[in-house]
Amino acid sequence: MFDILSPAIVDLLIEATKATLYMVAVAGLIGTAIGLPLGVFLATSRSGELFAAPWLNHVLGLVVNAARSTPFIILVVAIIPFTRLIAGTSIGTSAAIVPLTVAAAPFIARLIEAAIREVDQGLVEAARAMGASPLQIVGKVLLPEALPAITLALTLAVVSLIGYSAMVGAVGGGGLGDLGIRFGYQRFMPEVMAAVVIVLILLVQAVQSAGDLLARHLDKRNRRG
Amino acid sequence: MNAPFSILPPPPEVARGTDVTPSTIRFEHVGKSYPARRGTPEVAALTDVDLAVPEGAILGVIGRSGAGKSTLIRLVNGLERATAGRIVVDGTDITALNEAGLRAARRSIGMIFQHFNLLARRTAYENVALPLEIAGVSARAIKERVEPLLDLVGLSDKRDRYPAELSGGQKQRVGIARALASRPRVLLSDEATSALDPETTNQILALLRKVNAELNLTVLLITHEMSVIKAVADRVAVLDGGRIVEEGPTYDLFARPQHPTTRSFIAAVAGSALPPYVAARLKDTPAPGGEALVRIVFTGDHATDPVLSRISRLLGVDVNIIQAQVDEIAGRPFGVIVVGIPNAPETVAAVLRSVEQLNLSAEVLGYV
Ligand SMILES: Nc1ncnc2c1ncn2[C@@H]1O[C@H](COP(=O)(O)OP(=O)(O)O)[C@@H](O)[C@H]1O
Ligand SMILES: [Mg+2]
Repeated sequence: MFDILSPAIVDLLIEATKATLYMVAVAGLIGTAIGLPLGVFLATSRSGELFAAPWLNHVLGLVVNAARSTPFIILVVAIIPFTRLIAGTSIGTSAAIVPLTVAAAPFIARLIEAAIREVDQGLVEAARAMGASPLQIVGKVLLPEALPAITLALTLAVVSLIGYSAMVGAVGGGGLGDLGIRFGYQRFMPEVMAAVVIVLILLVQAVQSAGDLLARHLDKRNRRG
Repeated sequence: MNAPFSILPPPPEVARGTDVTPSTIRFEHVGKSYPARRGTPEVAALTDVDLAVPEGAILGVIGRSGAGKSTLIRLVNGLERATAGRIVVDGTDITALNEAGLRAARRSIGMIFQHFNLLARRTAYENVALPLEIAGVSARAIKERVEPLLDLVGLSDKRDRYPAELSGGQKQRVGIARALASRPRVLLSDEATSALDPETTNQILALLRKVNAELNLTVLLITHEMSVIKAVADRVAVLDGGRIVEEGPTYDLFARPQHPTTRSFIAAVAGSALPPYVAARLKDTPAPGGEALVRIVFTGDHATDPVLSRISRLLGVDVNIIQAQVDEIAGRPFGVIVVGIPNAPETVAAVLRSVEQLNLSAEVLGYV
């Protein structure tokens, strides 16, 4: 398939793929570093729960909802001053990581919250009866038991990030989306557009398959003896 | 926690406080109400509960759904806090502890659950190890403790199996091993056999008996099944509407139940339920030429006495045996016989009197 592309375009494609992977990896890691503890907190801080703080839970929930309900392309533009503050510029691959992270963190938080809430309350009860502290309950019960669901959640987050990272191309973010827009659309090179789409599909497929496989391996609930 | 591990409990300590009879768990005027919430009024789940579980005994609390059983047992390890009264466990006033104190106290109180509550992503071994990890025990000491425990509950060969690979009975065995891991003096059992079939239930109850005897463990168990009480409990408390309506040694409760709730629980076991064709015809008042149905409970030494023939000879009445069963409760013979006798009031009174003279209890169930 790459025969019809000139070597220069192939080089561009490789560079763009690397840029996309870089943006997704960094945004995914920072997004998880923020979203995971936030999600755990959201899942354990309603009244009567481990870290009961209903007000903070409510406020954080509102913030997360606000971020989640802003269309990504608007979020990118709306936080340009913040992006400049962090990245020193609002254009390019590194700058694109800022809005990607800002979009990923609340999304991941909600997914982690849902995964943690799936854990049987009876297990929390058993751990409390053993004398576990709230942090021990999180570390020894909630996170390990939710691990298969968390794996699937992070897989979904990465897949979404791949899509978002293509979108930041439209505002000069670099990566596969940028390549597709500049060459495929503006210079009218449909073969470049097709190549970009195929690489994106392959990336998403690879991430999803790896995530599914890992989650199935981690899940011990449906074993046959 | 670093002393050499063995299955035997540590040597008993000198009795603390000024207790005369050592009871390991003591409820003193305990009340628990759940506050009103949107739409639901306040619920008084327990009212003025006084209860003592003697050291090394198995006390069963029986009650219908909603009677307050789970609330009662969860108060013992502070999963719920009492709103009135005091609960003393092994010399410690649980109701006076803060969260940190409670966490420490919980390590010497084991608990098992109806739905086992095993971690799905931990093997049998790792589940039993969990309370020790929580207590900060070293991996080596954990191994030295967990392996004999798996042996004790008969699961050494399932060591590396995940809960999904175990049967219900095996899961509860893991639950019991886990509850014993931190060498508790007290074991709480919340409907631990309610999700199991009758045969597995008997095996688990036998295991509870075994650990109770071998480890001198004090057991508080709650159930809605009188058959469970009959199989393992030394003493019973009957909980009804959040109050203890009757309490005493299991045998005595079966022999002389006082409260209607107790009677109805007993009616479900020990052959006390009348055959349906008789129950359907049972009336409250005598009909001409009919019979009175009398239930006689044979206890202790009398269980095998020829009481009926003696009554029949003595009073010259025909005794028609409707139902008879001899059973064993707390290791002592226990018989229940339902007989039909002529329903003339003076005959019925004479029969009741002569039964009571033999120190047995009898009651008129009705007339057919
Ligand atoms: N967390 C709770 N909040 C409010 N009411 C409760 C709560 N837990 C139990 N109750 C109420 O307390 C009563 C006793 O419940 P429970 O102890 O679970 O009874 P049992 O275990 O005998 O079925 C019931 O009326 C129940 O609805
Ligand atoms: Mg209950």
